Amino acid sequence: MSLFQFFLSHRDEILQSSAEHLWLVVISMLLAIAIGVPLGVLVTRKPWLAKPILGSASVAETIPSLALFGFLLPLPWLGARADRLAIVALTLYALLPIIRNTVAGIQATEPSIREAARAMGMTDRQILFRVELPLSLPVLLAGIRVAAVWTIGIATIAAAIGAGGLGEFIFRGLAMVDNNLILAGAIPAAVLAIAADLVIGLFEHRLRHAR
Amino acid sequence: MNPQSTVDNAIEFRHAEFRLLGHGAILKNLSLHIRRGETLVLLGRSGSGKTTALKLINRLLEPSAGEIRVEGCSTLEWDPIRLRRRIGYVIQDAGLFPHFTVRRNVALVPNLEAWTEDRVKSRVEELLRMVGLDPGQFARRYPHELSGGQRQRVGVARALAADPPILLMDEPFGALDPLTRAEMQEEFLALQGRIEKTVVFVTHDVREALILGTRIALLEAGELVGIYAPQDFLGAREPIAAAYVAVFRADIVSLSSRNRGAS
Repeated sequence: MSLFQFFLSHRDEILQSSAEHLWLVVISMLLAIAIGVPLGVLVTRKPWLAKPILGSASVAETIPSLALFGFLLPLPWLGARADRLAIVALTLYALLPIIRNTVAGIQATEPSIREAARAMGMTDRQILFRVELPLSLPVLLAGIRVAAVWTIGIATIAAAIGAGGLGEFIFRGLAMVDNNLILAGAIPAAVLAIAADLVIGLFEHRLRHAR
Repeated sequence: MNPQSTVDNAIEFRHAEFRLLGHGAILKNLSLHIRRGETLVLLGRSGSGKTTALKLINRLLEPSAGEIRVEGCSTLEWDPIRLRRRIGYVIQDAGLFPHFTVRRNVALVPNLEAWTEDRVKSRVEELLRMVGLDPGQFARRYPHELSGGQRQRVGVARALAADPPILLMDEPFGALDPLTRAEMQEEFLALQGRIEKTVVFVTHDVREALILGTRIALLEAGELVGIYAPQDFLGAREPIAAAYVAVFRADIVSLSSRNRGAS
């Protein structure tokens, strides 16, 4: 059976897995943004926290994904559901680029702009939300783009612990030595990664050139 | 102390000092009264402490010793946010927000003060006209779509937006080409004649100080050398003031002799 025929005959299954895959990635990314951006802001406010926070995020990054899934498996609440565990692991991976780019974006705000904001009588909160964060959005988006592409790739490995997603095809294909099956996981995952890169990149580009 | 002096002085420096760890004293024992409605020029070279003195007024910096009183209250007694919203601030590269249109930049403080939309709108238009920019043409533009002089005009409009009684200007025209700078100085004089703010103006340019200042306070290495009326400054005997005047005169003399040689 040709690859094309294989995709055609399994299209429902492939679409279903892609949706599962995307769901894992989207939830993890939202969590990583919700945690990473405040942590990044915290680092810019309390510079002594830079080492511990960026350090721990970097360490999480260096753990091989398969090992990280394995480490988390025995934990009580986490290990109970495979998708829950996969989301936590993916969030950990996505954190570093998001924290780092939040910090870089805020630190790149021109001192004269921040000083003008302070001199106009803006509170620290107003400076953060109306000046620093909006101005660092392009840099932050670049971090989100990198994190999204990574997590889309790493999420295929989540199938090893039964979290579903496109990795299912790849692991099954490896076990059955079936290239069509492997590609049924690998190609959609690659397409998702490229699409995420392009779409987020487009937003980034627009923001950079809007001013 | 005489209560009258509190009323007449918009700003008072009382033995104000500012030290920075590792840099020593940047400003030493500065005592200075700035009268309501005057334009006081702080003249000095870079590192003389003039910008530091300016930033002590709106509490971007806090004095290491002594105090600065604004409208009779020490800056440390003021809520810094309230204080700053009563003091306009214009800096060299304007410091406009690049992601705000001209309209939003000018409307910044009125919006922070939660003015009604109509009031903000008419105020922005009034201010843009006042600084010589047509609102219809400029209100929707972003700072990067403006020339340096136009940006600086917007900076002045933004500083005046909530009608603050005090205006601080830190070399506002320093980055402009000579023609635009002269134009802006003229317009500033005309504007100041109408709005009568208390202005503290920092510059290193003697010519600018002489044109714009009601009085000139000369700073050198963190210390106040003296305070002069512009006409007295040209005849000042104090060596540092005399040195400024000498350079200023030398420029004019060498220029006129060159012109004579050419003709």
